[in-house]
Amino acid sequence: MPRVVVDVMPKPEILDPQGKAVHGALHRLGFDRVAAVRQGKRFEIEFDSEMTPELVARVEQAAGTLLANPVIEDFTIHVEG
Amino acid sequence: MRIGVVTFPGSLDDGDAARAVRMAGGQAVALWHGDADLRGVDAVVLPGGFSYGDYLRCGAIARFAPVMQPVAGAARAGLPVLGICNGFQILCESHLLPGALIRNDHRTFVCRDQRLRIDSNATAWTAAYETGTEIVVPLKNGEGGYVADERTLDELEGEGRVVVRYIGGNPNGSYREIAGITNARGNVVGLMPHPEHAVDTLTGPTTDGLRMFESVLRSRVAS
Repeated sequence: MPRVVVDVMPKPEILDPQGKAVHGALHRLGFDRVAAVRQGKRFEIEFDSEMTPELVARVEQAAGTLLANPVIEDFTIHVEG
Repeated sequence: MRIGVVTFPGSLDDGDAARAVRMAGGQAVALWHGDADLRGVDAVVLPGGFSYGDYLRCGAIARFAPVMQPVAGAARAGLPVLGICNGFQILCESHLLPGALIRNDHRTFVCRDQRLRIDSNATAWTAAYETGTEIVVPLKNGEGGYVADERTLDELEGEGRVVVRYIGGNPNGSYREIAGITNARGNVVGLMPHPEHAVDTLTGPTTDGLRMFESVLRSRVAS
């Protein structure tokens, strides 16, 4: 099934408290060489029809309005399968 | 004056917001997230809570609720709209207000009586306060850190659009201690603290929040 993957990450200049919490936990597990952790989201959107450039463009639009908030997040899109 | 209070699935403070409206002398009108119109109300309150479970991002799904289309249209045309806590998050997600709210920098939920300063009374919702007045109202959030880029923050400060500021310590990492802001026109206000929980001394720490609801009644009478 054709699938579009949207990866969403907090912008570099925006504080990422979740990433910091994970960083702290990794440190406690002994991963003392970790410099930084940032946490994002991954969306896998499956389609029951052929992938077209128009469809990808619509996903891009959805990513910019719903899946990510461009004020605080960046996103990338790629097609799989 | 009829003030609509929207209930989304997951709203918590719609009851208190409606009660605050009544105590201020207004008529509270219940609006439902699935409504396609605003029933002719003169102002709208988006209450606190966890709309749609706060899935994805706080306010991100509520932004696309049917009722938000007429709310956004009316807000751009000058209707007074107040977003409290989750309501503030919804207003930011809707781009009716700039910036965004992210998880508290200390990563814990904060619930306390919070000191605030009214930094602008040039809005529909703060006209009954003197600028510079200190108030105490409850604050309760997990994702109340106000963020925006430097340019936006400078613009808000320069145009006097920071409406409420935290004092006595920053409770959630909000940039420049910002607790609430307004749009350029002053009709749309969003804030993280809860004025609707501070309208009588039996249930709240003060009655300082009542004037926010009296403000909109007064602004309507004046216009």
